[in-house]
Amino acid sequence: MSEDVHPIASLLAAVARGITGVQVQWAGCEPSERQRIYFANHTSHLDFVVLWSALPSEIRARTRPIAAKDYWEETPLRRYLAENVFKALLVERGAMAKAKSPEEAKFVGRMLIEDMAAALGQRNSLIFFPEGTRGSGEKVGEFRAGLYHLALRRPDVELVPAYLENMNRILPKGEFLPVPMLSLLTFGMPMQVEPGEEKETFLERAREAVSSLRRIGSA
Amino acid sequence: MLPAFPDAKLMWLFGGVLFLLIVSTFIGGILKERHRGDSSRATIDNLNARIRAWWKMCAIFAVSLLIGRVGSLVLFAIISFLALREYMTLVPTRRGDHRTLFWSFFVIMPLQYYLVGIQWYGFFAIMIPVLAFIFVPSSIAIHGDTEHFLERAAKIQFGLMVCAYCLSHAPALLLLKIPGFEGLDARLLLYLVIVDQMSDVLQYVWGKLIGKHKIAWRVSPNKTWEGFVGGMLSATALGTALWWVTPFTPLQSAGMSFTICILGFAGGLVMSAIKRDIGIKDFGVVIEGHGGILDRIDSLCFAAPIFFHLVRYYFVP
Repeated sequence: MSEDVHPIASLLAAVARGITGVQVQWAGCEPSERQRIYFANHTSHLDFVVLWSALPSEIRARTRPIAAKDYWEETPLRRYLAENVFKALLVERGAMAKAKSPEEAKFVGRMLIEDMAAALGQRNSLIFFPEGTRGSGEKVGEFRAGLYHLALRRPDVELVPAYLENMNRILPKGEFLPVPMLSLLTFGMPMQVEPGEEKETFLERAREAVSSLRRIGSA
Repeated sequence: MLPAFPDAKLMWLFGGVLFLLIVSTFIGGILKERHRGDSSRATIDNLNARIRAWWKMCAIFAVSLLIGRVGSLVLFAIISFLALREYMTLVPTRRGDHRTLFWSFFVIMPLQYYLVGIQWYGFFAIMIPVLAFIFVPSSIAIHGDTEHFLERAAKIQFGLMVCAYCLSHAPALLLLKIPGFEGLDARLLLYLVIVDQMSDVLQYVWGKLIGKHKIAWRVSPNKTWEGFVGGMLSATALGTALWWVTPFTPLQSAGMSFTICILGFAGGLVMSAIKRDIGIKDFGVVIEGHGGILDRIDSLCFAAPIFFHLVRYYFVP
């Protein structure tokens, strides 16, 4: 993995910032070169680029998104963007549900976590959308278990919640032309899995950490 | 046609604005020194932030005017875009409005300015009040979401009227053909903007100095009768004193500036009422100390179209 940011990535980040006029607020922590997993609500294709562009450039170079394989491998352009431009880690959605036996599902799940842990390596950070899919923006959906397992696997990495506001109005699901409204991005307080914390409790706490960062009510 | 450059009277106007900026920066600095650490500091910091913002705004405006008609047109188109953006961000819209909003930003608004540019008055005048008025609800209806339908259509149309249509009348002054005033119309635009913005500033200053009795306190708690009367009178006096840059006589100039001041006040009040309705204080935080772009131009939005039509009716044969 090279440390350089692909020029197209920088260009797209600048465009996304221009369209969304995003105002970034580090409410719960400061930008840091520490290894982190940024996790946020997901309502738009712009989410990743905007979140990524909000990071200082030296941190950007080693922050990778986790994205859905089925979507990003569908066309050559998407594949190029995901693999070469943003160096995304592509994961298969619903791979565990497709498994034939509980043992296989467990194995597939563990492999996914290993992939993500490997993508983190010793220096990288990840951008993670734990809802797994884009929502309507009215409220933050339930989180999938990956965040919990990855956090257990790599307890040394900080989990930073973030809330992206208005992205669903700028480029909602199913539209391909953006409307240039203004948006807000708020980073919250880093969190960790508490010793002995149940999966459901943690995921709900993480979801709450994201949705509590909302600053304006939407329509 | 290129403006007569250098237009000596235009340069005098710029010089006057520069002088005001320097004087106010000086006063701001003195106030800051004198009131170090007492209770009025927040007000004075806000005042100085406003003065700094004025330097930037005046510089941008001056450059665009010197570039000529295209410069002013592009500048106002950008202002319209930013204002519409602030407005639409804060006014609730629904998923079903997405396409209509896209059209508003990228077709209707630019087309309005294009029409000013090619000087097609007839089309320019009906573009948003007639064509967009029909297009907006139709395109929302085609999408099929009828929840709050009338409100949504009305809100989008209102935003287009204020941010695009009304404001575009300011650069449209440059296409008026006033006999004996050819190539000098940049002065008219500058006159409108100076009187309108000075009316805002002077209302603020008078209000801060002697303001006591609230006017429409439910809508805008900072507006007072003293500020209103003082602002109207002093800005009208200023506008009258600037008659020599316009095609007006001093008396006509007094009437024009008074109209600009009253309409500017109405514009500010209406925008405040909308902000109250939505439940926010400012439309955005783009210009330090001023709230958003829309907060700065609300008075111009109401003054520009009426000023345009008054000039067109009385001075263009």
